[in-house]
Amino acid sequence: MSAVVSFLTRRRGGKGWHWTDVVTWVWLVGGLIVMFGPALWLIASSFKTPAQLAEFPPTILPYVNQQATVEGYDKPLTLYTVKMPDGTSRILAEVRRVGIVSQMVDPNAPDEIVKINIADRTPVREIGLATENYVVPLEQNNFLLYLRNSVFVTFMATIITLLTNSMAAFALSKYRFPGRDVVMLLIVGTLMVPLSVVLVPLYSVVSAVGLYDSLWGIILPTVATPTGVFLLRQYMLTIPDELLDAARMDNASEWQIYWRIVLPLAAPALAVLAIFSVVWRWNDFLWPLVVLSRKELYTLQVGLNTYAGELNVQWHYILAMTVVTMIPVVLVFVFLQRFITSGIAGSGLK
Amino acid sequence: MGQIKLTDIDRAYGKLKILHGISLSIEDGEFVVLVGPSGCGKSTLLRLIAGLDQPTGGTIEIDGKDVTKVSAAQRGLAMVFQSYALYPHMTVRQNLAFGLENQRMAKDEIDRRIAEAARMLEIEAYLDRRPGQLSGGQKQRVAIGRAVVRNPTAFLLDEPLSNLDAELRISTRAELAALHERLGTTMIYVTHDQIEAMTLADRIVVMRAGRIEQIGRPLDLYNSPANLFVAGFIGAPRMNLMDVTVTAAGPASVTVEGPGGFTATHAGDGSAVHPGDKATLGVRPHDIVTVDRGGVEAKVTLVEALGPETVVHASLADGKKLVAVLQGQDTSPAGGTVRLGFDAGRTHLFDASGLRVPEVQASPAR
Repeated sequence: MSAVVSFLTRRRGGKGWHWTDVVTWVWLVGGLIVMFGPALWLIASSFKTPAQLAEFPPTILPYVNQQATVEGYDKPLTLYTVKMPDGTSRILAEVRRVGIVSQMVDPNAPDEIVKINIADRTPVREIGLATENYVVPLEQNNFLLYLRNSVFVTFMATIITLLTNSMAAFALSKYRFPGRDVVMLLIVGTLMVPLSVVLVPLYSVVSAVGLYDSLWGIILPTVATPTGVFLLRQYMLTIPDELLDAARMDNASEWQIYWRIVLPLAAPALAVLAIFSVVWRWNDFLWPLVVLSRKELYTLQVGLNTYAGELNVQWHYILAMTVVTMIPVVLVFVFLQRFITSGIAGSGLK
Repeated sequence: MGQIKLTDIDRAYGKLKILHGISLSIEDGEFVVLVGPSGCGKSTLLRLIAGLDQPTGGTIEIDGKDVTKVSAAQRGLAMVFQSYALYPHMTVRQNLAFGLENQRMAKDEIDRRIAEAARMLEIEAYLDRRPGQLSGGQKQRVAIGRAVVRNPTAFLLDEPLSNLDAELRISTRAELAALHERLGTTMIYVTHDQIEAMTLADRIVVMRAGRIEQIGRPLDLYNSPANLFVAGFIGAPRMNLMDVTVTAAGPASVTVEGPGGFTATHAGDGSAVHPGDKATLGVRPHDIVTVDRGGVEAKVTLVEALGPETVVHASLADGKKLVAVLQGQDTSPAGGTVRLGFDAGRTHLFDASGLRVPEVQASPAR
């Protein structure tokens, strides 16, 4: 504990708090709250019941009303702290409520009904997790299927992205042919065209080739990424040509040079692209929403959207499933962040 | 067998011509060194022989077969690169095996060849390390090993010693010579270092600006350089070259007059030059002696006493520098003057176009 305190109150040295210490502290702690606050609140809220989500002012932690089984009643009854007319307070269980009058019993003396004004009672609450927010979508609302679809799309798209982009990057970095720079410019130029511009023509193409309403219809149009080609090409330019010449002298075919020399050496860049691709495809919403119509094919992001109806938004399910969709991305960042930082620094990309 | 024959090889990149009609015939088992200043096209020529680049004109034959259009892999040659070009993600063993695996060679044959090459090059101890964990000299051996296991018809070496420190370079040079002795395979070696060329080569090919200036055995090049460029390039320290004017040209001797009015006689065939012609007189530093009378008077600027010999830097009347290597421990003081004499039989004379004035057929032996 003292280690934590001394860590949090570390200063730049000297006596007392310099103003830069204060600014740094506020900046870092503020950044921490801005970055992690929403995520933590999301996780905490995902365990709240719908009633508690609607509460104002909102609580940070999820609470549930304490209940007790009282003799003579089939269902468990909710417990309340009640201010009695004589000024004392007792814990009673509510049997039913009529208007502004609540009929209550003492769990220890279940025969006697006490009538209380509802203004005089507050529920007894404890921290509790509404796990049904997770269980219901996963078990009843096909979310496991959506999860499987998302994993399939992300995995296949990433594999194909790595393969095609590295092949394009290999050709663009290691072969001299007329028009090479034009091709490179065209590829990078497509970075300037946002998805919303090509959405309709892309839809026509996908529909025309019969990929509408299939998972491959989401995967294939997204695998050729200009960012990936550019990132890999820049990295492959740093692989010395002499290595390729050496491999050619060693009887290696061009495919073997690509597969056994260039790909292993481009591993750091491939890792970065893999991370990017996983995050992109996992978080993809608009394009799957356009292409998919059968519910069995929904990905997680599209599935989440089904909880937001015109009249009724099921926030508790949305929050819980948002947490589920976050997990893989977070894991990717936790385990591969050193590749991300080194790769991004190396490629000069944001 | 490792005969390589180049005929009229041209290489151009767009309008820029790198090689101009190179013709060269290399015998089986020969150690040929391509030497020249950087940018002379020697590495390009080696890449053409290797098949990593295509000539824009001319033909390449290996053992009598035209391989001009044959890919690098099919030519049966092995190359050692300046940067070694070891595959950094493979162990030394995998590096050596890569080329053999690509030839679909049997596993035990690969192992046998690697073991043999590793023993020969003393790299057995680090077969399972990666190139990043090796020193420069060790990498060099592995690079040579990768060529040796291939059992090629000829070795192509592109400045293989240039990344080593001076001491290692000398010992590796000796090992390369021993390796050639042992394998008896044709080797083509590219360098810009004329000492490497002199020590290793059976024959030296001196190149400049995409052309072959002279081909010959090391001592032939040293003793009778065909032109001013070869004269200046081969030999260390460099040959002293002085601008002179021909005053008399006889059938067996040419007399020239140099800056400051000194005269010198060159034992050579004077039929190609005429009195009044501009010419260049070349004298190797080791062929200069001090004399009491005659010779050239020069101002000593620096004396380097090396023990067995003394290097004297001097300047002539026209300000041209002259280096003399005198035997023994000469004590000519810097700042003084010294008289230097050239032996008529050991001078080199080049005419106005820079070509060597030929020797008289029976040149006086000394």
